[in-house]
Amino acid sequence: MITIDWQHFTPYLSAAGGGLIGLAAAVLIVFNGRVAGVSGIAGGLFTPARGDVTWRLAFLMGLVIAPTLYGLARAMPAIQIEASTPALIIAGLLVGVGTRFGAGCTSGHGVCGLSRFSPRALVATLTFMAVGFAVASFLRHQFSI
Amino acid sequence: MMKNLTALLSGLIFGIGLIIAGMANPAIVLAFLDLSRPWNPSLAFVMVGAIAVAMLAFAWAKRRERSLLNLNISLPRANEIDRALLGGAALFGAGWGLAGICPGPAFVLLGTGATKGIYFFAAMIAGFALHAFLTRER
Repeated sequence: MITIDWQHFTPYLSAAGGGLIGLAAAVLIVFNGRVAGVSGIAGGLFTPARGDVTWRLAFLMGLVIAPTLYGLARAMPAIQIEASTPALIIAGLLVGVGTRFGAGCTSGHGVCGLSRFSPRALVATLTFMAVGFAVASFLRHQFSI
Repeated sequence: MMKNLTALLSGLIFGIGLIIAGMANPAIVLAFLDLSRPWNPSLAFVMVGAIAVAMLAFAWAKRRERSLLNLNISLPRANEIDRALLGGAALFGAGWGLAGICPGPAFVLLGTGATKGIYFFAAMIAGFALHAFLTRER
């Protein structure tokens, strides 16, 4: 039986943040004609093409300086990383390799792909969500890494 | 030049959205993915909010060939559901469930300077490089 953690439930804030993520995806497709998939934008830097590098770096730079900009307006919310260092390294490798072979991550498949009703993105999203739930709920605790 | 500015703006809005949504904090992501403890379903609403807005932009983009900056609109054309898609998504899900970090938040975490975030980030970049190496054209 699943109990809901009502104390930390923030549906409006999360939906508002999501709205901004959708707005960011809208800006990139409307002005640049590109899909805002973070793994694709970053991974594409490893097969660089002329005139196709700087906009990628600019987008990623925006992500990196976002906490600093946010910090100017109000205090950054807490960042808590529960996983151990070895687990983080394994997880990082899995995320890097997996998103590239799977051609997308939470943003490319989950936000942009579902927004344009792509069946391929739906299958990918259901797959990484299912495995994500399984690993976070069960496997992670089995190995205690 | 203009396209770099709009890309920067998009990245900034994206990053601030992730912070407000709670997705930049791996503990909140794990509280969403971990059903073995009291469950926080907040992050489901991130997807709802994001799709509600992005859907309008993609509906517009589908009917056009050039963007507002007169650039080619490049939407993914692949539609086959193959082993690479399923296997890749499964590996990604495993890493996401282990750490509670996906690629967007990994870049935001880098910007916060959190030491453990840097380990994840470096490993993720190594993963991108490994994929590029394995799929290189000879």
